[in-house]
Amino acid sequence: MVVTARNFVGSYYDPDRLPTIEYPEKRQKLPENSRSFPMLIFDGEDPEAGLRCVACKICEKECPPQCIYIVAERDSRGRAVRHPKIFDLDISVCMACQICVEVCPFDSIKMDTAFEMAGRDRFGAMLLHKSELAKSDAYFHSIHPSEAVGSDARVEHIKKPAGRSQAAPAEATRKAA
Amino acid sequence: MSKVTPFPGQAESGGGADQAPGGMQYEVSRRPGVTDEDEVLEVAVGPHHPSTHGVFRMDVKLDGERIVSLKPVLGYLHRNHEKLGEQTSYLGMMPYTDRLDYFCSLTNNWAYAIAVEKLAGLQVPERAEYIRIITGELTRLFNHACLVGFLLHDMGTMGTPLMYAFREREKVLDLFESLTGARMMCNYQRFGGCRNDLPDGWLDEVSKLVAEFPRWLDEMEQLLTGNEILIARTEGVGVLSPELAVSAGVTGPSLRASGVNYDLRKVDRYGIYDRFQFRVPLGEKGDVFDRYMVRVLEMRESVGILQQAIRDLPGGPVIDPRARQRNFMPPVGEAYGRIEAPKGELGFYLISDGSRRPSRFRVRAPSFVNLTILEDLCLGHTLADAVAILGAVDIVLGEVDR
Repeated sequence: MVVTARNFVGSYYDPDRLPTIEYPEKRQKLPENSRSFPMLIFDGEDPEAGLRCVACKICEKECPPQCIYIVAERDSRGRAVRHPKIFDLDISVCMACQICVEVCPFDSIKMDTAFEMAGRDRFGAMLLHKSELAKSDAYFHSIHPSEAVGSDARVEHIKKPAGRSQAAPAEATRKAA
Repeated sequence: MSKVTPFPGQAESGGGADQAPGGMQYEVSRRPGVTDEDEVLEVAVGPHHPSTHGVFRMDVKLDGERIVSLKPVLGYLHRNHEKLGEQTSYLGMMPYTDRLDYFCSLTNNWAYAIAVEKLAGLQVPERAEYIRIITGELTRLFNHACLVGFLLHDMGTMGTPLMYAFREREKVLDLFESLTGARMMCNYQRFGGCRNDLPDGWLDEVSKLVAEFPRWLDEMEQLLTGNEILIARTEGVGVLSPELAVSAGVTGPSLRASGVNYDLRKVDRYGIYDRFQFRVPLGEKGDVFDRYMVRVLEMRESVGILQQAIRDLPGGPVIDPRARQRNFMPPVGEAYGRIEAPKGELGFYLISDGSRRPSRFRVRAPSFVNLTILEDLCLGHTLADAVAILGAVDIVLGEVDR
Protein backbone atom coordinates (compact mmCIF):
# COMPACT_ATOMS: atom_id res chain seq x y z
CA MET A 1 0.00 0.00 0.00
CA VAL A 2 2.82 2.37 0.92
CA VAL A 3 4.49 1.74 -2.41
CA THR A 4 1.28 2.22 -4.35
CA ALA A 5 0.53 5.44 -2.50
CA ARG A 6 4.04 6.69 -3.08
CA ASN A 7 3.71 6.05 -6.78
CA PHE A 8 0.29 7.64 -6.96
CA VAL A 9 1.23 10.80 -5.10
CA GLY A 10 4.63 10.86 -6.75
CA SER A 11 3.10 10.88 -10.20
CA TYR A 12 1.90 14.45 -9.56
CA TYR A 13 5.32 16.01 -9.09
CA ASP A 14 8.03 13.46 -9.89
CA PRO A 15 8.59 13.05 -13.63
CA ASP A 16 10.30 9.76 -12.86
CA ARG A 17 7.00 8.34 -11.67
CA LEU A 18 4.92 9.80 -14.49
CA PRO A 19 6.77 8.89 -17.65
CA THR A 20 3.87 9.23 -20.07
CA ILE A 21 3.27 12.25 -22.28
CA GLU A 22 0.10 13.46 -23.91
CA TYR A 23 0.58 12.31 -27.46
CA PRO A 24 -0.23 13.75 -30.02
CA GLU A 25 -0.24 17.18 -28.39
CA LYS A 26 3.24 16.58 -27.04
CA ARG A 27 5.84 14.56 -28.84
CA GLN A 28 9.08 12.95 -27.88
CA LYS A 29 12.13 13.64 -29.93
CA LEU A 30 13.13 10.49 -31.75
CA PRO A 31 16.67 9.24 -31.23
CA GLU A 32 18.93 9.70 -34.20
CA ASN A 33 19.26 5.97 -34.86
CA SER A 34 15.51 5.49 -34.89
CA ARG A 35 14.08 3.81 -37.97
CA SER A 36 10.72 2.99 -39.48
CA PHE A 37 10.60 2.18 -43.21
CA PRO A 38 13.07 2.61 -46.06
CA MET A 39 13.13 5.60 -48.38
CA LEU A 40 15.11 6.49 -51.49
CA ILE A 41 17.45 9.47 -51.41
CA PHE A 42 17.76 11.92 -54.30
CA ASP A 43 20.31 14.68 -54.73
CA GLY A 44 19.38 18.11 -56.05
CA GLU A 45 15.85 19.26 -56.82
CA ASP A 46 14.35 16.65 -59.11
CA PRO A 47 13.24 13.49 -57.33
CA GLU A 48 13.36 11.53 -60.58
CA ALA A 49 16.67 12.63 -62.08
CA GLY A 50 18.57 12.95 -58.82
CA LEU A 51 17.76 9.52 -57.55
CA ARG A 52 20.87 7.82 -56.26
CA CYS A 53 19.49 4.36 -56.94
CA VAL A 54 21.15 2.59 -59.87
CA ALA A 55 18.76 -0.39 -59.97
CA CYS A 56 21.52 -2.86 -59.10
CA LYS A 57 18.93 -5.01 -57.31
CA ILE A 58 21.21 -5.92 -54.43
CA CYS A 59 18.61 -4.85 -51.87
CA GLU A 60 15.93 -6.76 -53.76
CA LYS A 61 18.01 -9.91 -53.45
CA GLU A 62 19.04 -9.40 -49.85
CA CYS A 63 15.70 -8.27 -48.41
CA PRO A 64 14.71 -11.10 -46.03
CA PRO A 65 10.92 -10.86 -46.54
CA GLN A 66 11.39 -9.87 -50.21
CA CYS A 67 9.29 -6.73 -50.16
CA ILE A 68 11.27 -4.80 -52.81
CA TYR A 69 10.56 -5.00 -56.52
CA ILE A 70 12.85 -3.27 -59.01
CA VAL A 71 12.79 -2.98 -62.76
CA ALA A 72 15.68 -1.16 -64.39
CA GLU A 73 15.08 1.53 -67.00
CA ARG A 74 16.07 0.61 -70.55
CA ASP A 75 17.37 2.91 -73.23
CA SER A 76 16.20 3.03 -76.84
CA ARG A 77 18.38 0.06 -77.74
CA GLY A 78 17.00 -2.02 -74.91
CA ARG A 79 20.08 -1.96 -72.70
CA ALA A 80 19.63 -1.52 -68.96
CA VAL A 81 20.31 2.01 -67.75
CA ARG A 82 21.53 2.77 -64.24
CA HIS A 83 18.19 4.06 -63.12
CA PRO A 84 15.12 2.28 -61.76
CA LYS A 85 12.02 2.29 -63.91
CA ILE A 86 9.98 0.73 -61.13
CA PHE A 87 10.98 0.70 -57.49
CA ASP A 88 8.16 -0.64 -55.34
CA LEU A 89 8.31 -1.38 -51.65
CA ASP A 90 5.45 -3.12 -49.89
CA ILE A 91 5.42 -1.77 -46.36
CA SER A 92 2.84 -4.31 -45.29
CA VAL A 93 5.59 -6.90 -45.81
CA CYS A 94 8.63 -4.83 -44.84
CA MET A 95 9.88 -5.57 -41.34
CA ALA A 96 12.13 -2.53 -41.01
CA CYS A 97 15.25 -4.60 -40.45
CA GLN A 98 17.60 -2.15 -42.19
CA ILE A 99 19.45 -4.83 -44.13
CA CYS A 100 18.75 -3.07 -47.45
CA VAL A 101 20.47 0.01 -46.03
CA GLU A 102 23.49 -1.98 -44.94
CA VAL A 103 24.01 -3.74 -48.26
CA CYS A 104 23.43 -0.72 -50.53
CA PRO A 105 26.83 0.28 -51.98
CA PHE A 106 25.47 3.61 -53.30
CA ASP A 107 23.99 5.02 -50.09
CA SER A 108 20.74 5.40 -51.95
CA ILE A 109 18.28 3.56 -49.69
CA LYS A 110 18.02 4.81 -46.11
CA MET A 111 15.63 4.43 -43.22
CA ASP A 112 12.90 6.98 -42.70
CA THR A 113 11.60 7.83 -39.24
CA ALA A 114 7.99 8.69 -40.13
CA PHE A 115 5.68 6.41 -38.22
CA GLU A 116 2.23 7.99 -38.56
CA MET A 117 1.20 6.09 -41.65
CA ALA A 118 -2.39 5.21 -40.99
CA GLY A 119 -4.59 5.13 -44.06
CA ARG A 120 -7.94 3.91 -45.32
CA ASP A 121 -6.66 1.53 -47.98
CA ARG A 122 -5.29 -1.79 -46.89
CA PHE A 123 -3.73 -2.81 -50.17
CA GLY A 124 -2.83 -0.15 -52.73
CA ALA A 125 -1.73 2.45 -50.22
CA MET A 126 0.64 0.03 -48.54
CA LEU A 127 2.58 -0.47 -51.75
CA LEU A 128 4.90 2.52 -51.99
CA HIS A 129 6.12 3.50 -55.44
CA LYS A 130 9.27 5.30 -56.45
CA SER A 131 7.63 8.71 -56.28
CA GLU A 132 6.44 8.18 -52.69
CA LEU A 133 9.72 6.67 -51.58
CA ALA A 134 11.91 9.44 -52.95
CA LYS A 135 13.07 11.84 -50.24
CA SER A 136 15.55 14.66 -50.59
CA ASP A 137 19.04 14.55 -49.21
CA ALA A 138 18.17 17.59 -47.10
CA TYR A 139 15.40 15.61 -45.39
CA PHE A 140 17.87 12.81 -44.77
CA HIS A 141 20.23 15.32 -43.18
CA SER A 142 17.45 16.55 -40.94
CA ILE A 143 16.58 13.12 -39.53
CA HIS A 144 19.95 11.32 -39.41
CA PRO A 145 22.54 14.15 -39.34
CA SER A 146 25.69 12.19 -38.50
CA GLU A 147 24.89 9.28 -40.79
CA ALA A 148 24.13 11.69 -43.65
CA VAL A 149 27.55 13.35 -43.44
CA GLY A 150 29.30 10.02 -43.88
CA SER A 151 27.07 8.97 -46.73
CA ASP A 152 27.56 12.29 -48.56
CA ALA A 153 31.31 11.77 -48.45
CA ARG A 154 30.95 8.31 -49.93
CA VAL A 155 28.57 9.51 -52.62
CA GLU A 156 31.02 12.24 -53.64
CA HIS A 157 33.71 9.60 -53.83
CA ILE A 158 31.62 7.49 -56.19
CA LYS A 159 30.50 10.45 -58.30
CA LYS A 160 33.88 11.98 -59.10
CA PRO A 161 35.24 9.24 -61.35
CA ALA A 162 31.76 8.79 -62.73
CA GLY A 163 32.05 12.25 -64.31
CA ARG A 164 34.86 11.03 -66.53
CA SER A 165 33.61 7.56 -67.32
CA GLN A 166 30.92 5.19 -66.20
CA ALA A 167 33.47 2.70 -64.91
CA ALA A 168 33.55 3.41 -61.20
CA PRO A 169 29.97 2.68 -60.20
CA ALA A 170 29.95 -0.35 -62.46
CA GLU A 171 33.04 -1.54 -60.66
CA ALA A 172 31.35 -0.93 -57.35
CA THR A 173 28.40 -2.98 -58.53
CA ARG A 174 30.65 -5.82 -59.53
CA LYS A 175 32.49 -5.69 -56.24
CA ALA A 176 29.28 -5.68 -54.29
CA ALA A 177 27.79 -8.49 -56.30
CA MET B 1 -20.50 -31.91 7.66
CA SER B 2 -23.97 -31.78 6.19
CA LYS B 3 -24.59 -33.76 3.09
CA VAL B 4 -26.07 -31.97 0.08
CA THR B 5 -28.72 -34.02 -1.70
CA PRO B 6 -29.65 -32.34 -4.96
CA PHE B 7 -32.21 -34.98 -5.90
CA PRO B 8 -34.25 -35.83 -2.84
CA GLY B 9 -36.15 -39.05 -2.96
CA GLN B 10 -33.64 -40.83 -5.11
CA ALA B 11 -31.44 -43.49 -3.71
CA GLU B 12 -27.93 -42.28 -3.26
CA SER B 13 -25.38 -44.31 -5.02
CA GLY B 14 -22.01 -43.67 -6.52
CA GLY B 15 -21.27 -41.07 -3.87
CA GLY B 16 -18.94 -41.45 -0.99
CA ALA B 17 -16.05 -39.98 0.86
CA ASP B 18 -13.36 -38.62 -1.42
CA GLN B 19 -9.81 -37.70 -0.64
CA ALA B 20 -8.88 -34.26 -1.82
CA PRO B 21 -5.19 -33.57 -2.43
CA GLY B 22 -5.22 -31.09 0.41
CA GLY B 23 -6.13 -33.90 2.79
CA MET B 24 -9.64 -32.53 3.36
CA GLN B 25 -12.51 -34.99 3.45
CA TYR B 26 -15.58 -34.14 1.48
CA GLU B 27 -18.63 -36.02 0.45
CA VAL B 28 -20.02 -36.25 -3.03
CA SER B 29 -23.52 -37.20 -3.96
CA ARG B 30 -24.42 -38.09 -7.49
CA ARG B 31 -27.26 -39.24 -9.64
CA PRO B 32 -27.44 -42.95 -10.10
CA GLY B 33 -25.29 -44.31 -12.86
CA VAL B 34 -22.94 -41.35 -12.90
CA THR B 35 -19.36 -42.51 -12.66
CA ASP B 36 -16.27 -40.65 -11.54
CA GLU B 37 -15.21 -40.10 -15.12
CA ASP B 38 -18.50 -38.41 -15.98
CA GLU B 39 -17.91 -35.90 -13.26
CA VAL B 40 -14.69 -34.66 -14.85
CA LEU B 41 -15.13 -31.28 -16.45
CA GLU B 42 -13.13 -30.39 -19.53
CA VAL B 43 -12.13 -26.77 -19.88
CA ALA B 44 -10.21 -25.20 -22.73
CA VAL B 45 -8.16 -22.38 -21.26
CA GLY B 46 -7.15 -20.25 -24.18
CA PRO B 47 -6.10 -19.76 -26.91
CA HIS B 48 -7.43 -16.28 -26.24
CA HIS B 49 -7.31 -16.34 -22.51
CA PRO B 50 -5.54 -13.28 -21.08
CA SER B 51 -3.39 -15.32 -18.71
CA THR B 52 -1.94 -17.60 -21.37
CA HIS B 53 0.50 -14.90 -22.53
CA GLY B 54 -0.47 -15.12 -26.16
CA VAL B 55 -2.16 -17.74 -28.23
CA PHE B 56 -1.69 -20.87 -26.19
CA ARG B 57 -4.29 -23.37 -25.09
CA MET B 58 -4.40 -25.64 -22.09
CA ASP B 59 -6.91 -28.47 -22.33
CA VAL B 60 -7.62 -29.00 -18.67
CA LYS B 61 -9.68 -31.76 -17.07
CA LEU B 62 -11.04 -30.77 -13.73
CA ASP B 63 -12.36 -32.92 -10.95
CA GLY B 64 -14.18 -30.31 -8.94
CA GLU B 65 -11.52 -27.63 -8.65
CA ARG B 66 -8.56 -29.97 -8.99
CA ILE B 67 -6.69 -30.59 -12.21
CA VAL B 68 -6.49 -34.26 -13.19
CA SER B 69 -5.04 -33.75 -16.63
CA LEU B 70 -3.57 -30.84 -18.56
CA LYS B 71 -2.52 -30.89 -22.17
CA PRO B 72 -0.71 -27.88 -23.60
CA VAL B 73 -1.79 -27.19 -27.17
CA LEU B 74 0.84 -25.34 -29.17
CA GLY B 75 1.23 -24.09 -32.67
CA TYR B 76 -1.14 -21.14 -32.96
CA LEU B 77 1.79 -18.86 -33.67
CA HIS B 78 3.77 -21.22 -35.85
CA ARG B 79 5.62 -19.32 -38.56
CA ASN B 80 7.85 -21.96 -40.06
CA HIS B 81 10.87 -20.31 -38.54
CA GLU B 82 13.33 -23.14 -38.99
CA LYS B 83 12.40 -23.69 -42.62
CA LEU B 84 12.67 -19.95 -43.25
CA GLY B 85 16.22 -20.18 -41.92
CA GLU B 86 17.07 -22.73 -44.55
CA GLN B 87 15.81 -20.47 -47.34
CA THR B 88 17.25 -17.15 -46.24
CA SER B 89 20.86 -16.04 -46.24
CA TYR B 90 22.79 -16.07 -42.98
CA LEU B 91 22.50 -12.32 -42.63
CA GLY B 92 18.86 -12.32 -43.66
CA MET B 93 18.04 -14.64 -40.78
CA MET B 94 19.30 -12.21 -38.16
CA PRO B 95 16.15 -10.01 -38.11
CA TYR B 96 13.97 -13.12 -37.94
CA THR B 97 15.68 -14.20 -34.74
CA ASP B 98 14.37 -10.97 -33.17
CA ARG B 99 10.92 -12.39 -33.60
CA LEU B 100 11.52 -15.59 -31.67
CA ASP B 101 11.38 -14.28 -28.16
CA TYR B 102 10.17 -10.80 -28.96
CA PHE B 103 10.93 -9.61 -25.46
CA CYS B 104 14.62 -10.36 -25.68
CA SER B 105 15.64 -9.72 -29.27
CA LEU B 106 19.22 -8.82 -28.38
CA THR B 107 19.95 -12.10 -26.64
CA ASN B 108 18.42 -13.98 -29.58
CA ASN B 109 20.71 -12.08 -31.94
CA TRP B 110 23.62 -12.89 -29.69
CA ALA B 111 22.97 -16.64 -29.64
CA TYR B 112 22.59 -16.74 -33.41
CA ALA B 113 25.74 -14.67 -33.90
CA ILE B 114 27.67 -17.03 -31.60
CA ALA B 115 26.51 -20.05 -33.60
CA VAL B 116 27.55 -18.48 -36.90
CA GLU B 117 30.86 -17.27 -35.48
CA LYS B 118 31.60 -20.80 -34.31
CA LEU B 119 30.75 -22.10 -37.75
CA ALA B 120 33.02 -19.63 -39.54
CA GLY B 121 35.69 -19.28 -36.84
CA LEU B 122 35.27 -15.51 -36.49
CA GLN B 123 36.80 -13.51 -33.66
CA VAL B 124 34.81 -10.81 -31.91
CA PRO B 125 36.58 -7.59 -30.87
CA GLU B 126 36.73 -6.97 -27.14
CA ARG B 127 34.57 -3.86 -27.20
CA ALA B 128 31.83 -5.75 -29.03
CA GLU B 129 31.93 -8.48 -26.38
CA TYR B 130 31.38 -5.87 -23.70
CA ILE B 131 28.56 -4.25 -25.63
CA ARG B 132 26.95 -7.66 -26.05
CA ILE B 133 27.13 -8.27 -22.33
CA ILE B 134 25.69 -4.83 -21.53
CA THR B 135 22.77 -5.27 -23.92
CA GLY B 136 22.25 -8.88 -22.87
CA GLU B 137 22.12 -8.08 -19.19
CA LEU B 138 19.83 -5.10 -19.78
CA THR B 139 17.56 -7.52 -21.59
CA ARG B 140 17.67 -9.88 -18.62
CA LEU B 141 16.83 -7.03 -16.26
CA PHE B 142 13.67 -6.00 -18.00
CA ASN B 143 12.63 -9.51 -18.93
CA HIS B 144 12.67 -10.57 -15.30
CA ALA B 145 11.04 -7.33 -14.18
CA CYS B 146 8.20 -7.83 -16.64
CA LEU B 147 7.91 -11.50 -15.77
CA VAL B 148 7.31 -10.59 -12.15
CA GLY B 149 4.77 -8.05 -13.32
CA PHE B 150 2.97 -10.55 -15.54
CA LEU B 151 3.00 -13.20 -12.83
CA LEU B 152 1.35 -10.84 -10.40
CA HIS B 153 -1.03 -9.66 -13.07
CA ASP B 154 -2.12 -13.26 -13.65
CA MET B 155 -2.67 -13.70 -9.95
CA GLY B 156 -5.01 -10.76 -9.83
CA THR B 157 -3.16 -7.59 -8.94
CA MET B 158 -4.86 -5.94 -11.92
CA GLY B 159 -1.72 -4.59 -13.45
CA THR B 160 -0.20 -2.45 -10.73
CA PRO B 161 3.17 -4.23 -10.50
CA LEU B 162 3.04 -4.81 -14.25
CA MET B 163 2.76 -1.08 -14.88
CA TYR B 164 5.70 -0.40 -12.58
CA ALA B 165 7.69 -3.04 -14.44
CA PHE B 166 6.71 -1.61 -17.80
CA ARG B 167 7.82 1.83 -16.67
CA GLU B 168 11.31 0.41 -16.12
CA ARG B 169 11.12 -1.49 -19.39
CA GLU B 170 10.32 1.71 -21.27
CA LYS B 171 13.60 3.22 -20.08
CA VAL B 172 15.55 0.22 -21.35
CA LEU B 173 13.63 0.19 -24.64
CA ASP B 174 14.42 3.87 -25.15
CA LEU B 175 18.08 3.03 -24.71
CA PHE B 176 17.78 0.19 -27.21
CA GLU B 177 16.11 2.51 -29.68
CA SER B 178 18.88 5.06 -29.51
CA LEU B 179 21.48 2.30 -29.89
CA THR B 180 19.95 0.01 -32.49
CA GLY B 181 17.16 2.04 -34.08
CA ALA B 182 14.29 -0.14 -32.95
CA ARG B 183 12.76 -0.73 -29.58
CA MET B 184 11.97 -4.42 -29.82
CA MET B 185 13.14 -5.76 -33.17
CA CYS B 186 16.71 -4.61 -32.67
CA ASN B 187 18.59 -6.64 -35.31
CA TYR B 188 21.83 -5.38 -33.83
CA GLN B 189 24.41 -8.16 -33.51
CA ARG B 190 26.39 -9.08 -36.57
CA PHE B 191 28.78 -11.93 -37.30
CA GLY B 192 32.05 -10.87 -35.73
CA GLY B 193 30.75 -7.99 -33.65
CA CYS B 194 27.95 -5.43 -33.46
CA ARG B 195 26.42 -3.31 -36.19
CA ASN B 196 27.31 0.14 -34.94
CA ASP B 197 29.16 1.74 -32.09
CA LEU B 198 27.48 3.28 -29.07
CA PRO B 199 26.01 6.72 -29.71
CA ASP B 200 27.31 9.68 -27.69
CA GLY B 201 26.16 9.71 -24.11
CA TRP B 202 24.58 6.27 -24.32
CA LEU B 203 26.84 4.77 -21.70
CA ASP B 204 26.04 7.57 -19.26
CA GLU B 205 22.36 6.86 -19.70
CA VAL B 206 22.97 3.19 -19.00
CA SER B 207 24.99 3.88 -15.87
CA LYS B 208 22.25 6.19 -14.67
CA LEU B 209 19.64 3.50 -15.23
CA VAL B 210 21.80 0.85 -13.58
CA ALA B 211 22.39 3.10 -10.59
CA GLU B 212 18.67 3.74 -10.17
CA PHE B 213 17.52 0.20 -10.79
CA PRO B 214 18.19 -1.24 -7.31
CA ARG B 215 15.98 1.46 -5.84
CA TRP B 216 13.12 0.36 -8.08
CA LEU B 217 13.82 -3.25 -7.20
CA ASP B 218 13.74 -2.49 -3.47
CA GLU B 219 10.39 -0.79 -3.96
CA MET B 220 9.07 -3.75 -5.90
CA GLU B 221 10.27 -6.15 -3.23
CA GLN B 222 8.69 -4.05 -0.53
CA LEU B 223 5.46 -4.32 -2.44
CA LEU B 224 5.66 -8.02 -3.20
CA THR B 225 8.16 -10.25 -1.45
CA GLY B 226 6.65 -10.13 2.00
CA ASN B 227 3.12 -9.86 0.72
CA GLU B 228 0.83 -12.32 2.43
CA ILE B 229 -1.35 -12.94 -0.61
CA LEU B 230 1.62 -13.54 -2.86
CA ILE B 231 3.09 -16.03 -0.42
CA ALA B 232 -0.24 -17.79 0.03
CA ARG B 233 -0.69 -18.08 -3.71
CA THR B 234 2.83 -19.22 -4.57
CA GLU B 235 4.41 -21.12 -1.70
CA GLY B 236 4.26 -24.89 -2.21
CA VAL B 237 2.52 -24.43 -5.56
CA GLY B 238 3.89 -26.21 -8.62
CA VAL B 239 6.85 -27.83 -6.96
CA LEU B 240 9.42 -28.98 -9.50
CA SER B 241 11.81 -31.62 -8.25
CA PRO B 242 15.44 -31.26 -9.34
CA GLU B 243 15.35 -34.78 -10.81
CA LEU B 244 12.39 -34.03 -13.05
CA ALA B 245 13.82 -30.65 -14.00
CA VAL B 246 17.11 -32.17 -15.12
CA SER B 247 15.56 -35.12 -16.94
CA ALA B 248 13.09 -32.89 -18.77
CA GLY B 249 15.83 -30.52 -19.87
CA VAL B 250 14.45 -27.50 -18.06
CA THR B 251 16.91 -24.61 -18.00
CA GLY B 252 17.11 -21.07 -16.78
CA PRO B 253 15.59 -19.64 -13.61
CA SER B 254 13.06 -22.49 -13.40
CA LEU B 255 15.88 -25.00 -13.08
CA ARG B 256 17.86 -22.92 -10.63
CA ALA B 257 14.78 -22.41 -8.48
CA SER B 258 14.81 -26.18 -7.98
CA GLY B 259 18.31 -25.93 -6.59
CA VAL B 260 20.33 -27.13 -9.58
CA ASN B 261 23.39 -24.99 -10.04
CA TYR B 262 23.48 -24.70 -13.82
CA ASP B 263 24.02 -21.35 -15.42
CA LEU B 264 25.63 -21.27 -18.85
CA ARG B 265 27.32 -18.02 -17.97
CA LYS B 266 29.30 -20.05 -15.41
CA VAL B 267 29.33 -23.42 -17.20
CA ASP B 268 30.25 -22.30 -20.72
CA ARG B 269 31.74 -18.91 -19.86
CA TYR B 270 30.84 -17.86 -23.39
CA GLY B 271 31.97 -14.46 -24.54
CA ILE B 272 33.94 -12.90 -21.72
CA TYR B 273 31.76 -13.91 -18.78
CA ASP B 274 34.80 -15.39 -17.01
CA ARG B 275 35.96 -11.84 -16.27
CA PHE B 276 32.90 -10.92 -14.24
CA GLN B 277 32.18 -11.49 -10.59
CA PHE B 278 28.65 -12.64 -9.96
CA ARG B 279 26.79 -15.28 -8.02
CA VAL B 280 24.12 -17.68 -9.23
CA PRO B 281 21.04 -17.59 -6.99
CA LEU B 282 19.50 -20.98 -6.26
CA GLY B 283 16.11 -21.90 -4.88
CA GLU B 284 15.40 -24.55 -2.28
CA LYS B 285 11.93 -25.90 -2.85
CA GLY B 286 11.36 -25.29 -6.52
CA ASP B 287 7.90 -23.81 -6.08
CA VAL B 288 6.50 -20.72 -7.77
CA PHE B 289 7.73 -18.48 -4.98
CA ASP B 290 11.31 -19.72 -5.46
CA ARG B 291 11.02 -19.05 -9.17
CA TYR B 292 9.92 -15.51 -8.42
CA MET B 293 12.68 -15.00 -5.86
CA VAL B 294 15.44 -16.43 -8.07
CA ARG B 295 14.50 -13.89 -10.71
CA VAL B 296 14.57 -11.01 -8.28
CA LEU B 297 18.02 -12.07 -7.07
CA GLU B 298 19.22 -12.54 -10.63
CA MET B 299 18.25 -8.98 -11.38
CA ARG B 300 20.48 -7.84 -8.52
CA GLU B 301 23.39 -9.88 -9.89
CA SER B 302 22.77 -8.48 -13.37
CA VAL B 303 23.08 -4.98 -11.97
CA GLY B 304 26.50 -5.99 -10.63
CA ILE B 305 27.57 -7.39 -14.01
CA LEU B 306 26.40 -4.22 -15.75
CA GLN B 307 28.38 -2.02 -13.37
CA GLN B 308 31.54 -4.03 -14.00
CA ALA B 309 30.99 -4.00 -17.77
CA ILE B 310 30.44 -0.25 -17.88
CA ARG B 311 33.54 0.30 -15.76
CA ASP B 312 35.79 -1.91 -17.90
CA LEU B 313 34.44 -1.12 -21.38
CA PRO B 314 37.51 -0.77 -23.63
CA GLY B 315 37.84 1.27 -26.82
CA GLY B 316 38.49 -0.09 -30.27
CA PRO B 317 36.42 -1.41 -33.13
CA VAL B 318 33.04 -3.05 -32.57
CA ILE B 319 33.19 -5.38 -35.53
CA ASP B 320 35.87 -7.48 -37.15
CA PRO B 321 36.48 -5.62 -40.45
CA ARG B 322 37.26 -8.88 -42.24
CA ALA B 323 33.90 -10.38 -41.32
CA ARG B 324 31.66 -10.37 -44.37
CA GLN B 325 27.99 -9.91 -43.79
CA ARG B 326 26.67 -10.06 -47.34
CA ASN B 327 27.28 -13.25 -49.30
CA PHE B 328 28.46 -14.82 -46.10
CA MET B 329 29.48 -18.38 -46.89
CA PRO B 330 30.91 -20.31 -43.95
CA PRO B 331 32.89 -23.50 -44.59
CA VAL B 332 31.17 -26.87 -44.56
CA GLY B 333 30.50 -27.99 -41.03
CA GLU B 334 28.11 -27.73 -38.14
CA ALA B 335 27.95 -25.65 -35.00
CA TYR B 336 25.79 -25.25 -31.94
CA GLY B 337 25.89 -21.87 -30.27
CA ARG B 338 24.13 -21.41 -26.97
CA ILE B 339 23.76 -18.70 -24.37
CA GLU B 340 21.98 -18.23 -21.11
CA ALA B 341 19.02 -16.22 -22.36
CA PRO B 342 16.73 -14.74 -19.69
CA LYS B 343 14.38 -17.69 -20.12
CA GLY B 344 16.97 -20.46 -20.21
CA GLU B 345 19.37 -22.07 -22.62
CA LEU B 346 18.82 -20.64 -26.08
CA GLY B 347 20.71 -22.53 -28.74
CA PHE B 348 21.02 -22.34 -32.50
CA TYR B 349 22.17 -25.42 -34.36
CA LEU B 350 23.43 -24.82 -37.87
CA ILE B 351 24.68 -27.19 -40.54
CA SER B 352 26.48 -25.51 -43.39
CA ASP B 353 27.01 -27.06 -46.80
CA GLY B 354 29.23 -24.18 -47.86
CA SER B 355 26.47 -22.26 -49.64
CA ARG B 356 24.81 -18.97 -48.73
CA ARG B 357 22.14 -20.62 -46.66
CA PRO B 358 22.37 -23.14 -43.87
CA SER B 359 21.21 -26.59 -44.89
CA ARG B 360 19.75 -27.11 -41.42
CA PHE B 361 18.65 -24.41 -39.02
CA ARG B 362 17.39 -25.50 -35.65
CA VAL B 363 16.39 -23.44 -32.64
CA ARG B 364 16.48 -24.85 -29.14
CA ALA B 365 13.96 -22.56 -27.52
CA PRO B 366 13.99 -22.41 -23.72
CA SER B 367 10.31 -21.55 -23.35
CA PHE B 368 9.30 -24.56 -25.38
CA VAL B 369 11.35 -27.03 -23.34
CA ASN B 370 10.34 -25.46 -20.05
CA LEU B 371 6.71 -25.82 -21.04
CA THR B 372 6.88 -29.60 -21.41
CA ILE B 373 6.69 -30.13 -17.65
CA LEU B 374 3.55 -28.02 -17.26
CA GLU B 375 1.26 -30.98 -16.63
CA ASP B 376 3.53 -32.44 -13.96
CA LEU B 377 3.56 -29.12 -12.16
CA CYS B 378 -0.18 -28.55 -12.31
CA LEU B 379 -1.60 -31.97 -11.38
CA GLY B 380 -3.57 -31.82 -8.16
CA HIS B 381 -3.65 -28.04 -8.06
CA THR B 382 -6.57 -25.77 -8.79
CA LEU B 383 -7.07 -24.01 -12.07
CA ALA B 384 -6.17 -20.70 -10.42
CA ASP B 385 -2.82 -22.22 -9.41
CA ALA B 386 -2.22 -23.42 -12.94
CA VAL B 387 -2.38 -19.81 -14.09
CA ALA B 388 0.28 -18.84 -11.54
CA ILE B 389 2.42 -21.85 -12.51
CA LEU B 390 2.19 -20.98 -16.18
CA GLY B 391 3.06 -17.38 -15.38
CA ALA B 392 6.21 -18.47 -13.53
CA VAL B 393 7.38 -20.75 -16.33
CA ASP B 394 7.95 -17.58 -18.35
CA ILE B 395 6.87 -18.36 -21.88
CA VAL B 396 6.79 -16.21 -24.95
CA LEU B 397 4.73 -17.82 -27.64
CA GLY B 398 6.86 -16.47 -30.46
CA GLU B 399 9.60 -18.73 -29.18
CA VAL B 400 7.45 -21.71 -28.21
CA ASP B 401 5.79 -22.06 -31.60
CA ARG B 402 8.53 -20.60 -33.79
